[in-house]
Amino acid sequence: MQFEGEHLWIGQVGHIFVLLAFTASLLSTIAFFTAGRTLDAADKLSWIRFARISFLTQSVAVFIVFSSIFYICSHHYLEYLFGYKHTSKELEFKYLFASIWEDQSGSFLLWSIWHSVIGMILIRKSKEWEAPVMTVVSLAQLFLAMMIMGVYIFGTKIGNSPFVLTRDEINGPIFGMPNYLSMIKDGVGLNVLLRNYWMVIHPPVLFLGFASTIVPFAYAYAGIQSKKYGDWIKPVLPWALFTACVLGVGIMMGGKWAYESLSFGGYWAWDPVENASLVPWMILIAGLHTMVIYKATGHSLRASYIFAILSFVFILYSTFLTRTGILGDTSVHAFAESGRPMFNLIRIFFFTFSVPALLYFFFHYKKMPAEIREENTSSREFWMFIGSLVFFLSAMFIIAKTSTPVINAIFGSKLAPPEDIEFSYNKVIVLVAIIIGLLTAITQYLKYKNTDASFVFKKIAFPTLLAAIITALLVIFYPITYYKQGAGFLGAVYVAIFATIFSVVANASYIWNVLHFNLKSAGASVAHLGFALMIVGILISSANKKVISEEKFKDFQIQMGIDPLTKQQDNPAENINLIRQVPKKMGPYDVTYLHDSVGKEKGRRFYHLAFERRDEITNELKESFILKPDVYLMKDNNMSSNPDTKNYLTHDVFTYISYALNPDATEDTASFKINEMAEGDTLYYSKGYMVLNQVIKNPTTNKFNIPVNGPAVSAEITITSKENNTYHAAPMIVIDSFGINQIDDTVYAQNLFVKFAGVSSDQTKMKIGVKESSSMIDFVTLKAYIFPYINLVWVGLIIMAIGLVMSMIQRAGLSKSTGKIVMALAAIALFYMFLLAN
Amino acid sequence: MKKSHIVVLIGIAIAIGALIMLSVDFSTYDTILSAKQKQGKFVHLIARLDKAVPLEYDPAKNPNYLSFNIIDSLGGKAKVVYLNTKPPELEHSERIVLKGKMQGDIFQCSDILLKCPSKYKDDKKQLEKTIVATK
Repeated sequence: MQFEGEHLWIGQVGHIFVLLAFTASLLSTIAFFTAGRTLDAADKLSWIRFARISFLTQSVAVFIVFSSIFYICSHHYLEYLFGYKHTSKELEFKYLFASIWEDQSGSFLLWSIWHSVIGMILIRKSKEWEAPVMTVVSLAQLFLAMMIMGVYIFGTKIGNSPFVLTRDEINGPIFGMPNYLSMIKDGVGLNVLLRNYWMVIHPPVLFLGFASTIVPFAYAYAGIQSKKYGDWIKPVLPWALFTACVLGVGIMMGGKWAYESLSFGGYWAWDPVENASLVPWMILIAGLHTMVIYKATGHSLRASYIFAILSFVFILYSTFLTRTGILGDTSVHAFAESGRPMFNLIRIFFFTFSVPALLYFFFHYKKMPAEIREENTSSREFWMFIGSLVFFLSAMFIIAKTSTPVINAIFGSKLAPPEDIEFSYNKVIVLVAIIIGLLTAITQYLKYKNTDASFVFKKIAFPTLLAAIITALLVIFYPITYYKQGAGFLGAVYVAIFATIFSVVANASYIWNVLHFNLKSAGASVAHLGFALMIVGILISSANKKVISEEKFKDFQIQMGIDPLTKQQDNPAENINLIRQVPKKMGPYDVTYLHDSVGKEKGRRFYHLAFERRDEITNELKESFILKPDVYLMKDNNMSSNPDTKNYLTHDVFTYISYALNPDATEDTASFKINEMAEGDTLYYSKGYMVLNQVIKNPTTNKFNIPVNGPAVSAEITITSKENNTYHAAPMIVIDSFGINQIDDTVYAQNLFVKFAGVSSDQTKMKIGVKESSSMIDFVTLKAYIFPYINLVWVGLIIMAIGLVMSMIQRAGLSKSTGKIVMALAAIALFYMFLLAN
Repeated sequence: MKKSHIVVLIGIAIAIGALIMLSVDFSTYDTILSAKQKQGKFVHLIARLDKAVPLEYDPAKNPNYLSFNIIDSLGGKAKVVYLNTKPPELEHSERIVLKGKMQGDIFQCSDILLKCPSKYKDDKKQLEKTIVATK
């Protein structure tokens, strides 16, 4: 059958280039591998040339595949399943990229693109290491190409092609018709939860971090393969620093995204998907430190090998965890199940790299040079190694806990996460924070080989004292109120806060007193300072996070918190109802739900909430702002809730709608009843009475804050309910160039609408229209938090990243001017992304 | 004693400590029947909404009270009380994972995880439904 309106050429182009990428990376793997084993120089060079051309070909092919998908998405070619699933016509341009990496194959492609970029830099820069290093990169590219190949080999499907057609994949009666495309009006579009600034930038950064972990792994392989066991450390160090920076930033971007736009109420939840990318980063950091030790002292070479290998192995393991659906019920980030062939392919990818690499390492373990001499306990390298080991073991602890679904799948056990998942991690990690805080504070004052104790005590005394004073001030003026887990944990949090503050102070003092602001070699201290500051921020903001939407008192309208079964007040009752225009106390704020408004997207609705804080004695307005959390109300009454945050330097006020009625579902059927009233007259309605106080001609102000250009009359009405609550209403009539406008007033608390309808025919009385709405009162249910000192987390992260970039510039031996440019670009990008954008 | 021995010992101590904490910190996936025998113990249930009994949620009265009935694959039934807002896609979920404790015949739920067909755009059946709906 001939189908009308299809654009099949672009898919064919894309598919051909996927196959080309596969073939070219296969050739480049073989050629680089052979080049690495060939001793004859001329022979080697000709292999390398061939391998380079192959790799370049696959890079170009990968870019063309990406462009083809982008073309399909930007032209909304719905005949392709990719276009149908991920785009829709109202999608803003920036989200077209996001819709590519929303897809499983699209994100593999993104990964592959970064490998291509990294590979090309390695071809230019890695000199004698090129052949073995690029063998590894090419092999990884081979697997990534297979992920998106979608061809059948011996009856097994290899990968999922992004170019499959909608009509081939989905059964539907319309696909039997030649003009089926004219019946599909629009695609499904990007998941509304993902329509967000962070979805545009977080995946590229995170995947760059993922992709660059292959470099230390590849160099470790090259080190063994070339039998020059220790020489790879020097060239790999700048790469390891780059990876640590990008991956770390990428992970925390995910945290900021979760905090800002998902209604989890936090930036970190120890979710398996989060852990899966944290663990490789932690191993990499451990490796980074052992590499520095090796360069300075010759110790810890074997540890550097194993950490470099494991960091990439755990990237692959995390791919396995997050993309095969094995996490199932344990993750809220919920990736789709991928089907059996994909499950197997990802597993083969994982084992192809992990098993041979580890075996290769262990076979050559004995041949690797190791210092016989023991490290001195007063030496810097000893404590750096302890720190690395602690970091590595905490990573193992985290991944072991995260892997319970895998353990269940292998052993058929039925282990489930514990009751309080976050605490089960926090109680261990808080101890790690203490150890790492102390180590990063003291270790740099130690010298390699051994250190004179009196030197350390002299230098460290002042930072210790200062940190102790700051902590003591904190205990007195800003105590931690995290009593939930008992005194022991609270104590541990305090110790951790001291240790990390100590680290901040000690590192700052090191930069000042020891390095004398010689910033060239201050990278490590700056990074440690930033890391410690970030941990301080994490400790304070999580421990003193406050739910302010708690309702502890019984309201006259809404019963809260009493469990109808047990009749106990054991309910946290963290959601509060706000009736439109009725202020309610929330923490220090009086919060009023003003009104709602529709957004640009269909079905999106913003709720305008006014937060006001007044002085308790003088009642003077101290603070006032409006937050607009929004909700996507969908056809089937399902909703997705997006929070809104007021950022202050010292704290954030964070709120999101936890339940909203669909306003279209409650149609108002009541109509106005017109009454004639003179000034001073009283009128009864079902829930009370109202008095027309006076009629004001041309009022100077009005409660609607609308500019009035013409004659206006307002009716001042006092309404008293049965419960003796009084309200004011001031409906108006305005005459301007558009004609006569009646501006109605509403008293939501009484379901009352008041209209100034005009003057009676004998000119003595006013016509006041009253409508008592029979429909449900307008309200929203929301949750609100105060996050204190959360900016310390982001500022700490930025400082850490800058420190890592500083070290990278120094270790890569960049020239002064290049270094400055790199530094400036990195700093601008970081500040923009974390503190200014969005 | 050599320094490397100290390192190894510290490592082992931390590892053992972590393992002990790990072993304490697990709960289990249960059926409704087995959960009823473990009264008051924290468990995970996998079940689906029992649509024969209407769901009880009146946010205007109390947004923090939700009650519904579940049924699991073995036919076990229980009433669930969840003191929080109603997850928006609850009625459309094919599978619900509930965390909490059984108290009598009532499951006191502290957290709900949903498996929703609409979240899974890769689910082809869902796409088939969508494409019929857009026609």
